[in-house]
Amino acid sequence: MGIEFRNVGKTYPDGTVAVAGFSHTVPSHATVALVGSSGSGKTTLLRMVNRMIDPTSGTVLIDDQDVRELDRVALRRRIGYVPQAGGLLPHRTVVDNVATVPVLDGTPRRAARTAALDLLALVGLDPALARRYPAQLSGGQQQRVAVARALAADPNILLMDEPFGAVDPIVRRELQDEMLRLQAELGKTVVIVTHDVDEAFRLADDVVVLRTGGVVAQTGTPKSIVAAPADDFVREFVGVDRPDRTLTTAEVEGRRVVVDANGRPLGILR
Amino acid sequence: MTWLQNNGSWVVELTVRHLLLALPSVAASVLLAVALGRLAHRRPRLRQPVLALASVVYAIPALPLLIAVPLVLGVPLRSPVTLVVALTLYGTALLVGTAVDAFTSVDEQVRDAATAMGHGRSAMFWRVELPLSVPVLLSGVRVVTVSTVGLVTIGALVGISSLGTLLTDGFQRGITSEVAIGVGLTMLLALVLDGLLVLLGRVLTPWQPRRARARRRLAPEVTG
Ligand SMILES: Nc1ncnc2c1ncn2[C@@H]1O[C@H](COP(=O)(O)OP(=O)(O)OP(=O)(O)O)[C@@H](O)[C@H]1O
Ligand SMILES: [Mg+2]
Repeated sequence: MGIEFRNVGKTYPDGTVAVAGFSHTVPSHATVALVGSSGSGKTTLLRMVNRMIDPTSGTVLIDDQDVRELDRVALRRRIGYVPQAGGLLPHRTVVDNVATVPVLDGTPRRAARTAALDLLALVGLDPALARRYPAQLSGGQQQRVAVARALAADPNILLMDEPFGAVDPIVRRELQDEMLRLQAELGKTVVIVTHDVDEAFRLADDVVVLRTGGVVAQTGTPKSIVAAPADDFVREFVGVDRPDRTLTTAEVEGRRVVVDANGRPLGILR
Repeated sequence: MTWLQNNGSWVVELTVRHLLLALPSVAASVLLAVALGRLAHRRPRLRQPVLALASVVYAIPALPLLIAVPLVLGVPLRSPVTLVVALTLYGTALLVGTAVDAFTSVDEQVRDAATAMGHGRSAMFWRVELPLSVPVLLSGVRVVTVSTVGLVTIGALVGISSLGTLLTDGFQRGITSEVAIGVGLTMLLALVLDGLLVLLGRVLTPWQPRRARARRRLAPEVTG
């Protein structure tokens, strides 16, 4: 069940090997983050799931069914997709953007809009913004709309390609909190691509660290990766030795304060 | 102006005829240019040939074309169809380049996101590409409209009546005010249609930022 990458590879016509023999299973209702340096094949892998890219070898299965046997348009409509930035339809209002897929699927516009308004509330957007056009929203608001839109057809799978990469760190943090809340409520199967290791560790149950050429460097829970990085690449990439990850405790007024390598207090150890 | 008083109903009739020649030509040009523009956009290999053909067609002199069209189609020389076909050829040739640009102007990221959401081919065209190409397309349609309204007058040279008839008739009979009215009304018609297209553009593209709108939206905040 869930999503299975079975020995998939992608070689582009120009000879670039974006992904080589990648295998991984994303269990249902789990969140998996694909991280890795630029060009390591993260986007390529993500887009194989909704057939935006077909692998040149191997198979992608959703609930044990080869996606190549499914109609791509129908498949895409039942998979939520959140692109990086600028993926909203500029000529549709916020509410109509959210209602896009249900309307494509034949839901009457009025009903789709009503449902869209509920979704806007779900992702924490003021319904007063519903009549605006995307250009009239902040970057963070736009990404919330993109998440609401991806959820509109109530898909089991959510694909996110650096969904919060273009917003500032504070807003990114807010959006991540929102995602955690939504995920606890909805329990979708989520594949998220990010180059931000902290984001991956916050949001994902499992993290796949990729190196160039779509080769897995390490797979595991955030904890296990921090505890035992497979090699120097992973160690370097996730920043195990970063000052803010190198924690010690100090005894202050009878309590054990956790401090990082810069001496910054992070909290109390119980 | 006494000439106009005496010939008012004829002028009205010629104005209507003028419109009945110009509007179908513009409409057909838009349809053809959009179809060709989209084809050239989808198949980059066809782009250069299509644009080259458009230049060639636009370079055909008007009078020979008005004589060639009836020969090819087998319609009478003086039939309105002759002129509409000729004007459609010119209009399409003039618009096709802009139509290609209009489709090219659609943001690749938007297209990609729309595909990933599950827009099939026709949904992509009708719901995404066409509406988003309107701003660029419309600029071309305005040019074609104004140019077509002007070109309709040459039909009078082969006996297809329109406001151009006022020009040929006025010259022949030496009635200056008739010529002036012919020229004036043709220009007025072009300007009115152009204005209507500007309004149509506003209706079709409510998402486009507009200075006047922005000011109106700011107004309540300023006053209270
Ligand atoms: N259409 C294409 N044609 C040729 N090569 C491509 C194409 N798309 C991607 N590639 C190459 O495939 C490799 C993987 O690309 P991909 O977009 O999957 O990387 P990524 O991990 O998402 O990178 P980033 O973090 O920069 O988004 C890169 O070397 C890239 O240059
Ligand atoms: Mg990428």
